Amino acid sequence: MNIGQFIMMRHELLLTAVALIILIAEIFTADNSKKKLIPFSIGLFALVTILGFLPVQEGTLFGGSYQGSHLAALMKNVLNIGVLIIFLQAEGWLRRDENADRISEYFLLTISTLIGMNFMISAGDFLIFYVGLETATIPIAALAAYDRIRSRSAEAGIKLILSSALSSGVLLFGLSLIYGAMGSIYFADVAQTVTANSMVALGFIFFVSGMGFKISLVPFHFWTADVYEGAPVNVTSYLSVISKGAASFIFAIILFTVFKTLTEMWKPVIYTLAVFTMTIGNLFALRQQNLKRFLAFSSIAQAGFILLGILGANDLGMTAIVYFVLIYVFTNLGAFGVVEAISNASGVETIKGYNGLYKTNPKLSLLMTLALFSLAGIPPVAGFFGKFFLFTSAASSGYYILVLIAVLNATISLYYYLLVVRAMFIEKSDNPVPAFKSSPYMRVALLLCVAGIFAVGFASVIFDSIREISQNFMF
Amino acid sequence: MYNYTILIPMIPLVMFLVTGLLGMKWKPIISGLLGTTGLGISWVLSLMTAITYFFGGHHAEAFPTIIPFETLWLTFSETLQIKMGVLLDPISVMMLVVVTTISFMVHIYSLGYMHGEKGFQRFYAFLSLFTFSMLGLVIATNIFQMYIFWELVGVSSFLLIGFYYQKPSAVAASKKAFIVTRFADLGFLIGILILSFITKTFDFGILTNPDGAVFANAAGLSFMGVSAMTWAMVLVFMGGAGKSAMFPLHIWLPDAMEGPTPVSALIHAATMVVAGVYLVARLFVVYHFQAPDALEVVAYIGGFTSLFAAVIAITQYDIKRVLAFSTLSQLGYMMLALGVSGYGGEEGLGYMASVFHLFTHAMFKALLFLGAGSIIHAVHSNYMYDMGGLRKYLPITHITFLIACLTIAGVPPLSGFFSKDEILVAALEHNKLLFAVEFLVAGLTAFYMFRLYFNIFWGKDRHYHHTPHESPLTMTIPLMFLAFASVFSGFLPFHSLVTADKMHFDTHLHLGVAVPSVLIGLLGIALAWLLYKKESKTPENIARKLGVLYTATYNKFYFDEIYLFITRKIIFNYISRPIAWFDRHIVDGFMVGIGTVTEKVSYRIKGMQSGQLQHYAFMFVAGALILALVLVYYM
Repeated sequence: MNIGQFIMMRHELLLTAVALIILIAEIFTADNSKKKLIPFSIGLFALVTILGFLPVQEGTLFGGSYQGSHLAALMKNVLNIGVLIIFLQAEGWLRRDENADRISEYFLLTISTLIGMNFMISAGDFLIFYVGLETATIPIAALAAYDRIRSRSAEAGIKLILSSALSSGVLLFGLSLIYGAMGSIYFADVAQTVTANSMVALGFIFFVSGMGFKISLVPFHFWTADVYEGAPVNVTSYLSVISKGAASFIFAIILFTVFKTLTEMWKPVIYTLAVFTMTIGNLFALRQQNLKRFLAFSSIAQAGFILLGILGANDLGMTAIVYFVLIYVFTNLGAFGVVEAISNASGVETIKGYNGLYKTNPKLSLLMTLALFSLAGIPPVAGFFGKFFLFTSAASSGYYILVLIAVLNATISLYYYLLVVRAMFIEKSDNPVPAFKSSPYMRVALLLCVAGIFAVGFASVIFDSIREISQNFMF
Repeated sequence: MYNYTILIPMIPLVMFLVTGLLGMKWKPIISGLLGTTGLGISWVLSLMTAITYFFGGHHAEAFPTIIPFETLWLTFSETLQIKMGVLLDPISVMMLVVVTTISFMVHIYSLGYMHGEKGFQRFYAFLSLFTFSMLGLVIATNIFQMYIFWELVGVSSFLLIGFYYQKPSAVAASKKAFIVTRFADLGFLIGILILSFITKTFDFGILTNPDGAVFANAAGLSFMGVSAMTWAMVLVFMGGAGKSAMFPLHIWLPDAMEGPTPVSALIHAATMVVAGVYLVARLFVVYHFQAPDALEVVAYIGGFTSLFAAVIAITQYDIKRVLAFSTLSQLGYMMLALGVSGYGGEEGLGYMASVFHLFTHAMFKALLFLGAGSIIHAVHSNYMYDMGGLRKYLPITHITFLIACLTIAGVPPLSGFFSKDEILVAALEHNKLLFAVEFLVAGLTAFYMFRLYFNIFWGKDRHYHHTPHESPLTMTIPLMFLAFASVFSGFLPFHSLVTADKMHFDTHLHLGVAVPSVLIGLLGIALAWLLYKKESKTPENIARKLGVLYTATYNKFYFDEIYLFITRKIIFNYISRPIAWFDRHIVDGFMVGIGTVTEKVSYRIKGMQSGQLQHYAFMFVAGALILALVLVYYM
């Protein structure tokens, strides 16, 4: 193995370098000018995001523990774009005086979790996968408790770390059962020899439970609402978009490659999870008044839709998942961006608080509407195409009833998404959110989201290239 | 070579978007000037296209069909695709000239006519939208593109008729126009579907190939004893009849006069209403070779409409309505000419006459409407009993209006004479009955036009609120231009430009037809002179003597009432009401039921989210076990 091959790990290495540079910059920055770290870190990260798009070679490192593929690189790029938008949205919040002494902390923790996710996506064995997963989880708990003076934030942190400890324990147990049955932790070995015996089956169930926790599938989702509501908005958006996206990616990869021969075994499990996740997520979302909680449950329902792509279990399914997550990044971050901007400006986080928003902040209202329409999957915005391909992949594998259930759920979701639109445009309010101007960073972030919502849906070249990469990966 | 033609429709589209989105931020006049300039450019480009196309060299062989631009939009199957493009052939190039010329004139005219109106920029935005749609329709390379723009034309017509949306009558008229034409378009759509089912293509190039190879499948297909192709083409004609307001779908056009007068000139006289004629002409090869029965239908409907409308026009007092019925009548002429036409050489005289008349009619009818607008502008009334003696106050309007009246009456050597004469000749060769009808209509036309003319410009002055004065230059220049076109466009050699088989053929003046038709026209004028030059009680007396006949005609033979009876009393009561009940109680009930159940379940399960971590942990483990059970069950 020569040193040049390490370039395959470019995403991880670059991120590590950025993390270190920010750490060093923090040491050399005077206390009263810490705020300069914000543009500095965002700039560095933007550079990394762009460099991520340079072509990579495929191959394995460390005796198969690390797998570099075009699909993995694509997934990492999707995550990078999302994190870049989140960083841009964080600016207003980080600039507050109370956060002045821990700006670099935010960037370090976030980038650390991202490094973990990248390793997770490129894992070639269960050990690297697990280490990546933990690296991706533990710093988030610290992030959730970032506003530690707020008791809700501290509660969110504690709830996240405790329940994720449980889930990691179960997951690890599951992995050790699989290792016990197969005698290997390498994906390639397991994929070749795995058979459906009861030990593997139990291990698999535990593995699914652990992943279900990360993707917040029902019934492993309970932490989601409390943590999403308590954590700072920015961290919530990170959790709901990036964490969930990364976990969905690796979940799909492992199911499609490692457990490929057991497809008939895991399909009923995923089917059950999909039905419950879509339905319960929607039923809870109906009742929410707090927008963060509302988006939390809506994101649970969206995770249920991703499972439809997994059930497709072919290259179209993989394409649909990556495409959906890409759209979801722009869409959900658009919605969260508006919530964050309004929360920063006025502290309002409830649907009622948005009454009459269109009168005072028409642009934000329109953007929110666009994002919600995309979440609901109304053509011609991107969200429609995302859902469409997920449904197509499930239907192409013969799951017509499940697609019907999904369509019904999409209809229910339309109702509650429109509740927010109604609040903004139709309901009147005596004291609506006053008009304000969001910061340039936030505006760039929101513009990126709008551009994404339109471009990803309309530019078929994006879908086609994802399709091509997925096809190469699956065969 | 013709790559720039794509700009002709795109410029109005851009103008629509710009004035529509940003117009409110500017002074109104800027929108107007911008729209007018844009259309001026389109006009020049259209003229350039026409000159290079018609006079650019090749005369020996047929005019070529050129597609300078085409893009694939949707693919249904290998052969059935929807494309968007620009098609240039004699008829579409001619239509480009007609549409842009009239539209440009109307744009200029409206600068004066609409000056100071609320919604000035909205008006220009809609004008641009309409022009874009109409041009898109004209240059369509396939029937589906044509249908898309056909509907867009319908929408922009709806928007423009309802321009004065505070006026209930305008709103009602716009709805009526939209619903009636939409209803007709239903037939058009079904026709397109049958046609594409048989031929597996939408392409005009393939459809109108005289060898008819794509219609091989149609043999033997029939429904209710009528062949599939006849059905298809009659249904397509139904769409055309809706837009061109042929009997019995004519009822929307007189009401559409509620729109601003320049709109009436543009849409309801010169461009949109000829879309139906254009459609039949575009598919003429298909009609002629595949569905001659359908062509017969076209001829008779056209003939009947022209007579029917001419009779009603005699009794109307609203000057715009007189012109509207006159438009109906003239459109009937064009349809009839197509209906009696053959294909190839002199056989195709009807086709040539129809598009010729389309061209000349566009010029003189737009002139009449714009002249009417100028008159209304001066006296603030639409009714001829509020007018009289206007010739001294509105000299330019008077002269141009007189020219237009002479043209439509078919007085040589004005353009209307030539085009109408060709139609009469074509009718005579094909069908004596239809010829007799048209011959009579020629006389009626001259009579009602001069009834209008004498009532407006002669007779005694009325009590005007202020002394009527001539309109500003922005309005009179288009009048003069169109008058010029009305006089001289008859000399255009249409028989070597726009013909059914795109080949040149020779025409000659048919004196046996021309002399009597001029005479009956003069007779009509003379009669109008006697009755209306000086005010007298004679017309009233005649009307009283005719009794019921007159009242029925004045009330447009009660067609509106019949339609209202059918829709309100029969369709609403016996069809709509049961459907509404079903919708409200069964369909809605089911949906509300789903909503209620969802709501209830959602309320019931809210206890699951307790906020207690130990509870969550329990659920987590329980969930894992349940999943294990699922797995065991399926293994």
